[in-house]
Amino acid sequence: MHEYSLIQALLKRVEEEVRARQALKVHALALRVGELSGVDPELLAGAYEIARAGTPCAAADLKVTRVPAAWLCPRCGRILLPGAVLRCPDCDVAAELSEGADALILDSIEMEVP
Amino acid sequence: MCETCGCGDPELVPVALREKILAGNDRTARHNREHFVAAGVLAVNVMGSPGSGKTALLEATARAALSRGWRLGAVSADLATDRDAKRLEAAGIPSRAITTGQACHLDAELLHRALHDIPWQKTDVFFIENVGNLVCPAIYDLGQAASVVVLSVTEGEDKPLKYPVMFKAVDLVLVAKCDLVPHLDVDLSNIHDALSRVMPSPRAIEISARTGQGIDAFVAWLEEKRASLRFAGKGSGGLHGAHAHGSASDRAR
Repeated sequence: MHEYSLIQALLKRVEEEVRARQALKVHALALRVGELSGVDPELLAGAYEIARAGTPCAAADLKVTRVPAAWLCPRCGRILLPGAVLRCPDCDVAAELSEGADALILDSIEMEVP
Repeated sequence: MCETCGCGDPELVPVALREKILAGNDRTARHNREHFVAAGVLAVNVMGSPGSGKTALLEATARAALSRGWRLGAVSADLATDRDAKRLEAAGIPSRAITTGQACHLDAELLHRALHDIPWQKTDVFFIENVGNLVCPAIYDLGQAASVVVLSVTEGEDKPLKYPVMFKAVDLVLVAKCDLVPHLDVDLSNIHDALSRVMPSPRAIEISARTGQGIDAFVAWLEEKRASLRFAGKGSGGLHGAHAHGSASDRAR
């Protein structure tokens, strides 16, 4: 259950941005959560509900975009079937994870500035 | 300010950040990594389930590594007690406990603070024994040069398939407690097969801390990592290493 500490890091980062821009209010946060990022989007949303009270994000929506994971051959681009051995059967090279599949990104903050 | 009519109404602005939520942790991890590399210390993040045999592995490794003249050090993390650090001390590894309270993983800042209390600079190999957990430690870079996970044969052949995030990110899997295999309904080939489905470049060593099986192979693996550390002048990466210095990681404005 590391989702709570991730939300703490997120709120801290947003507060820095709020101070830097002297924002009056935060309306929304947009995150991208990779399927293999090690984070459950629903647990993350639950942790956010609890942690946001009393912070500049108290009334801000959390928008989470899930990024699906796929393993690809870096040589021929073949997408491996889910559960397959992570090696291209044609090229015999180690597969690579698709872009963003293991990432946990704060994409943007929508805020009200004076 | 509303510039059209000058009414002074606030306006809504989208601020694009595109930065990792763990950017702060990753910055501290980079800092730790720079210190380790500058001092020529191979830092190894040791992960695995509670009871998988992380401490026993390090005790057995100490016997083999100390006889080669290596200087070892460790921090050992648990929610409570310093029992593991005491075991490591008794095995000849100067150690310090990190008690994390309710936290289920180590982060780079916790490690950084602990490093102030231990003469890690005087070691050749420094072990970071993480909290027993196959989930949370996987996503926190600590600044290690290499990451290993201890997977005991009693945990079930399909454990790698159930915890792909952990296994995809490590450099080596130590299949532990192999002396128990004759007493169990476990087929080691099924464990290796599961690993090949979650690790693009699977590497595993079968070990037993009790009999000493595989410990020399682990020490040889550490020696290989030490050599590449000296050769490259910097860490080989480990967890998150591939994008630790990526510009997209922190800020992309």
